Amino acid sequence: MTQTLHGIPINAYLMLSAVLFSIGVLGVLYRRNIIVIFMCIELMLNAVNLLLAAFGAYRGDSNGQIFVFFIMAVAAAEVAVGLAILVMIYRNTKNTDIDELSRLKW
Amino acid sequence: MTLYIFYFLSFLAVLSAFMVVYSKNPVHSVLYLIVTFFAIAGHYILLNAQFLAAVHVIVYAGAIMVLFLYVIMMLNLNQDTEPHKSNYLKLAATVAGCIFMIVLIGSLKGVEKIENLNAANQSAGLIKNLGQVLYRDYMLPFEMASILFLAAMVGAVMLGKNELK
Repeated sequence: MTQTLHGIPINAYLMLSAVLFSIGVLGVLYRRNIIVIFMCIELMLNAVNLLLAAFGAYRGDSNGQIFVFFIMAVAAAEVAVGLAILVMIYRNTKNTDIDELSRLKW
Repeated sequence: MTLYIFYFLSFLAVLSAFMVVYSKNPVHSVLYLIVTFFAIAGHYILLNAQFLAAVHVIVYAGAIMVLFLYVIMMLNLNQDTEPHKSNYLKLAATVAGCIFMIVLIGSLKGVEKIENLNAANQSAGLIKNLGQVLYRDYMLPFEMASILFLAAMVGAVMLGKNELK
Protein backbone atom coordinates (compact mmCIF):
# COMPACT_ATOMS: atom_id res chain seq x y z
CA MET A 1 0.00 0.00 0.00
CA THR A 2 1.23 3.50 -0.64
CA GLN A 3 2.81 4.99 2.43
CA THR A 4 3.43 8.39 0.96
CA LEU A 5 1.45 11.54 0.45
CA HIS A 6 2.98 13.65 -2.31
CA GLY A 7 6.06 11.46 -2.05
CA ILE A 8 6.68 12.36 1.61
CA PRO A 9 6.98 9.32 3.88
CA ILE A 10 5.18 9.36 7.22
CA ASN A 11 8.53 8.88 8.96
CA ALA A 12 9.54 12.37 7.88
CA TYR A 13 6.63 13.81 9.84
CA LEU A 14 7.50 11.59 12.80
CA MET A 15 11.06 12.92 12.81
CA LEU A 16 9.98 16.54 12.39
CA SER A 17 7.51 16.30 15.26
CA ALA A 18 10.07 14.58 17.48
CA VAL A 19 12.62 17.31 16.80
CA LEU A 20 10.12 20.12 17.43
CA PHE A 21 8.96 18.48 20.66
CA SER A 22 12.56 18.07 21.82
CA ILE A 23 13.29 21.72 21.12
CA GLY A 24 10.29 22.59 23.28
CA VAL A 25 11.62 20.42 26.12
CA LEU A 26 15.05 21.99 25.70
CA GLY A 27 13.53 25.45 25.94
CA VAL A 28 11.66 24.61 29.13
CA LEU A 29 14.91 23.34 30.69
CA TYR A 30 17.10 26.10 29.32
CA ARG A 31 15.29 29.37 29.99
CA ARG A 32 14.30 31.11 33.19
CA ASN A 33 11.73 33.52 31.84
CA ILE A 34 8.21 32.20 32.43
CA ILE A 35 6.88 33.71 29.19
CA VAL A 36 9.48 31.92 27.09
CA ILE A 37 8.75 28.69 28.94
CA PHE A 38 5.10 29.18 28.03
CA MET A 39 6.04 29.63 24.39
CA CYS A 40 8.04 26.42 24.46
CA ILE A 41 5.01 24.60 25.85
CA GLU A 42 3.02 25.94 22.89
CA LEU A 43 5.73 24.61 20.61
CA MET A 44 5.38 21.13 22.12
CA LEU A 45 1.60 21.25 21.69
CA ASN A 46 2.09 22.20 18.05
CA ALA A 47 4.46 19.32 17.42
CA VAL A 48 1.84 16.90 18.73
CA ASN A 49 -0.86 18.62 16.68
CA LEU A 50 1.19 18.28 13.52
CA LEU A 51 1.70 14.58 14.10
CA LEU A 52 -2.00 14.01 14.77
CA ALA A 53 -2.92 15.83 11.57
CA ALA A 54 -0.29 13.87 9.64
CA PHE A 55 -1.59 10.51 10.86
CA GLY A 56 -5.14 11.61 10.07
CA ALA A 57 -4.17 12.65 6.57
CA TYR A 58 -2.23 9.47 5.86
CA ARG A 59 -5.17 7.34 6.90
CA GLY A 60 -7.70 9.51 5.09
CA ASP A 61 -9.52 10.01 8.38
CA SER A 62 -11.10 13.24 9.63
CA ASN A 63 -11.05 12.31 13.31
CA GLY A 64 -7.41 13.25 13.73
CA GLN A 65 -8.10 16.77 12.58
CA ILE A 66 -11.08 17.05 14.95
CA PHE A 67 -8.74 16.16 17.79
CA VAL A 68 -6.37 18.88 16.63
CA PHE A 69 -9.26 21.35 16.85
CA PHE A 70 -9.99 20.36 20.42
CA ILE A 71 -6.32 20.59 21.37
CA MET A 72 -6.24 24.09 19.88
CA ALA A 73 -9.30 25.07 21.93
CA VAL A 74 -7.76 23.75 25.15
CA ALA A 75 -4.45 25.47 24.32
CA ALA A 76 -6.19 28.80 23.83
CA ALA A 77 -7.98 28.48 27.18
CA GLU A 78 -4.73 27.41 28.85
CA VAL A 79 -2.84 30.41 27.48
CA ALA A 80 -5.51 32.85 28.68
CA VAL A 81 -5.49 31.49 32.23
CA GLY A 82 -1.72 31.01 32.28
CA LEU A 83 -0.96 34.55 31.20
CA ALA A 84 -3.40 35.87 33.80
CA ILE A 85 -1.52 33.90 36.47
CA LEU A 86 1.74 35.25 35.08
CA VAL A 87 0.52 38.85 35.33
CA MET A 88 -0.52 38.18 38.92
CA ILE A 89 2.91 36.68 39.71
CA TYR A 90 4.58 39.71 38.19
CA ARG A 91 2.43 41.99 40.28
CA ASN A 92 3.55 40.20 43.44
CA THR A 93 7.23 39.54 42.78
CA LYS A 94 8.07 42.22 40.17
CA ASN A 95 9.86 39.81 37.87
CA THR A 96 9.18 36.76 35.73
CA ASP A 97 12.03 34.58 36.88
CA ILE A 98 11.03 30.97 37.46
CA ASP A 99 13.74 30.48 40.08
CA GLU A 100 12.12 33.11 42.30
CA LEU A 101 9.06 30.91 42.63
CA SER A 102 10.60 28.32 44.86
CA ARG A 103 8.47 28.96 47.92
CA LEU A 104 6.59 25.73 47.37
CA LYS A 105 9.84 23.79 47.36
CA TRP A 106 10.26 21.56 50.33
CA MET B 1 8.53 19.64 -5.90
CA THR B 2 6.40 19.06 -2.82
CA LEU B 3 9.32 17.22 -1.27
CA TYR B 4 11.42 20.37 -1.54
CA ILE B 5 8.61 22.42 -0.04
CA PHE B 6 8.43 19.92 2.80
CA TYR B 7 12.15 20.15 3.47
CA PHE B 8 12.10 23.93 3.28
CA LEU B 9 9.17 24.22 5.71
CA SER B 10 10.73 21.70 8.09
CA PHE B 11 14.03 23.54 8.05
CA LEU B 12 12.26 26.85 8.66
CA ALA B 13 10.22 25.42 11.52
CA VAL B 14 13.19 23.80 13.27
CA LEU B 15 15.47 26.79 12.79
CA SER B 16 12.99 29.32 14.12
CA ALA B 17 12.10 26.96 16.98
CA PHE B 18 15.77 27.02 17.94
CA MET B 19 15.75 30.78 17.71
CA VAL B 20 12.75 30.89 20.08
CA VAL B 21 14.88 29.16 22.69
CA TYR B 22 18.15 30.97 22.10
CA SER B 23 17.16 34.57 21.36
CA LYS B 24 17.73 36.83 24.33
CA ASN B 25 14.84 39.21 23.81
CA PRO B 26 11.34 37.80 24.56
CA VAL B 27 9.82 39.87 21.75
CA HIS B 28 12.17 38.20 19.26
CA SER B 29 11.15 34.85 20.71
CA VAL B 30 7.52 35.65 19.99
CA LEU B 31 8.30 36.71 16.43
CA TYR B 32 10.29 33.54 15.74
CA LEU B 33 7.46 31.50 17.21
CA ILE B 34 5.09 33.14 14.72
CA VAL B 35 7.43 32.06 11.90
CA THR B 36 7.32 28.51 13.28
CA PHE B 37 3.54 28.59 13.35
CA PHE B 38 3.35 29.74 9.75
CA ALA B 39 5.69 26.91 8.74
CA ILE B 40 3.43 24.44 10.55
CA ALA B 41 0.44 25.95 8.75
CA GLY B 42 2.27 25.27 5.50
CA HIS B 43 2.69 21.66 6.59
CA TYR B 44 -1.06 21.44 7.18
CA ILE B 45 -1.68 22.66 3.64
CA LEU B 46 0.71 19.99 2.37
CA LEU B 47 -1.34 17.43 4.30
CA ASN B 48 -4.55 18.50 2.51
CA ALA B 49 -5.89 20.08 5.71
CA GLN B 50 -6.69 23.53 4.38
CA PHE B 51 -9.28 24.44 6.98
CA LEU B 52 -6.97 23.33 9.76
CA ALA B 53 -4.25 25.56 8.33
CA ALA B 54 -6.60 28.55 8.31
CA VAL B 55 -7.76 27.90 11.88
CA HIS B 56 -4.17 27.42 12.99
CA VAL B 57 -3.10 30.77 11.57
CA ILE B 58 -6.12 32.54 13.05
CA VAL B 59 -5.92 30.98 16.51
CA TYR B 60 -2.16 30.77 17.04
CA ALA B 61 -0.62 33.54 14.98
CA GLY B 62 -3.66 35.74 15.41
CA ALA B 63 -4.93 35.28 18.94
CA ILE B 64 -2.40 33.51 21.14
CA MET B 65 0.67 35.33 19.90
CA VAL B 66 -1.06 38.71 20.21
CA LEU B 67 -1.86 37.76 23.79
CA PHE B 68 1.79 36.92 24.42
CA LEU B 69 3.01 40.15 22.82
CA TYR B 70 0.48 42.16 24.78
CA VAL B 71 1.60 40.65 28.07
CA ILE B 72 5.28 41.21 27.23
CA MET B 73 4.61 44.84 26.35
CA MET B 74 2.47 45.33 29.44
CA LEU B 75 5.12 43.90 31.76
CA ASN B 76 7.78 45.89 29.90
CA LEU B 77 10.00 42.89 29.27
CA ASN B 78 11.04 43.95 25.79
CA GLN B 79 14.71 44.05 26.58
CA ASP B 80 17.07 41.47 27.89
CA THR B 81 16.48 41.72 31.62
CA GLU B 82 16.46 38.00 32.18
CA PRO B 83 19.06 36.66 34.58
CA HIS B 84 20.47 33.65 32.79
CA LYS B 85 21.20 30.34 34.29
CA SER B 86 24.74 29.37 35.08
CA ASN B 87 26.76 27.77 32.31
CA TYR B 88 26.74 24.49 34.17
CA LEU B 89 22.94 24.38 34.23
CA LYS B 90 22.75 25.46 30.58
CA LEU B 91 25.08 22.64 29.58
CA ALA B 92 23.02 20.18 31.62
CA ALA B 93 19.81 21.40 29.96
CA THR B 94 21.30 21.11 26.47
CA VAL B 95 22.64 17.61 27.12
CA ALA B 96 19.30 16.50 28.59
CA GLY B 97 17.38 17.92 25.62
CA CYS B 98 19.70 16.25 23.10
CA ILE B 99 19.46 12.91 24.89
CA PHE B 100 15.68 13.22 24.93
CA MET B 101 15.68 13.90 21.19
CA ILE B 102 17.93 10.93 20.50
CA VAL B 103 15.74 8.62 22.56
CA LEU B 104 12.56 9.88 20.87
CA ILE B 105 13.95 9.56 17.35
CA GLY B 106 15.52 6.20 18.10
CA SER B 107 12.29 4.81 19.45
CA LEU B 108 10.35 6.10 16.44
CA LYS B 109 12.92 4.87 13.95
CA GLY B 110 11.64 1.35 13.63
CA VAL B 111 7.90 1.95 13.59
CA GLU B 112 5.87 -0.30 11.38
CA LYS B 113 4.07 1.18 8.43
CA ILE B 114 0.55 2.31 9.13
CA GLU B 115 -2.33 0.73 7.29
CA ASN B 116 -3.62 3.15 4.72
CA LEU B 117 -7.33 2.56 5.01
CA ASN B 118 -8.78 4.84 2.38
CA ALA B 119 -6.00 6.69 0.67
CA ALA B 120 -8.39 7.92 -1.99
CA ASN B 121 -10.16 10.02 0.62
CA GLN B 122 -8.33 13.25 -0.14
CA SER B 123 -11.27 15.36 1.01
CA ALA B 124 -10.88 14.50 4.70
CA GLY B 125 -9.55 17.94 5.50
CA LEU B 126 -12.15 19.95 3.64
CA ILE B 127 -14.52 22.04 5.66
CA LYS B 128 -17.64 20.22 4.48
CA ASN B 129 -16.36 16.86 5.65
CA LEU B 130 -14.97 18.25 8.90
CA GLY B 131 -18.17 20.06 9.74
CA GLN B 132 -20.22 16.92 9.28
CA VAL B 133 -17.94 14.91 11.54
CA LEU B 134 -17.70 17.68 14.13
CA TYR B 135 -21.43 18.32 14.44
CA ARG B 136 -22.50 14.70 14.19
CA ASP B 137 -19.97 12.57 16.04
CA TYR B 138 -18.38 15.15 18.32
CA MET B 139 -21.39 17.21 19.33
CA LEU B 140 -20.97 16.79 23.09
CA PRO B 141 -17.22 17.59 23.18
CA PHE B 142 -17.93 20.62 21.03
CA GLU B 143 -20.44 21.94 23.56
CA MET B 144 -18.10 21.08 26.43
CA ALA B 145 -15.43 23.20 24.76
CA SER B 146 -17.70 26.23 24.97
CA ILE B 147 -18.17 25.64 28.72
CA LEU B 148 -14.38 25.33 29.03
CA PHE B 149 -13.97 28.67 27.28
CA LEU B 150 -16.48 30.30 29.60
CA ALA B 151 -14.65 28.92 32.64
CA ALA B 152 -11.30 30.05 31.26
CA MET B 153 -12.64 33.53 30.55
CA VAL B 154 -14.10 33.93 34.03
CA GLY B 155 -10.90 32.55 35.56
CA ALA B 156 -8.68 34.90 33.58
CA VAL B 157 -10.78 37.93 34.55
CA MET B 158 -10.78 36.86 38.20
CA LEU B 159 -7.00 36.36 38.22
CA GLY B 160 -6.33 39.56 36.35
CA LYS B 161 -8.32 41.80 38.68
CA ASN B 162 -6.26 44.18 40.69
CA GLU B 163 -7.55 43.37 44.13
CA LEU B 164 -10.08 40.74 45.03
CA LYS B 165 -12.82 41.94 47.31
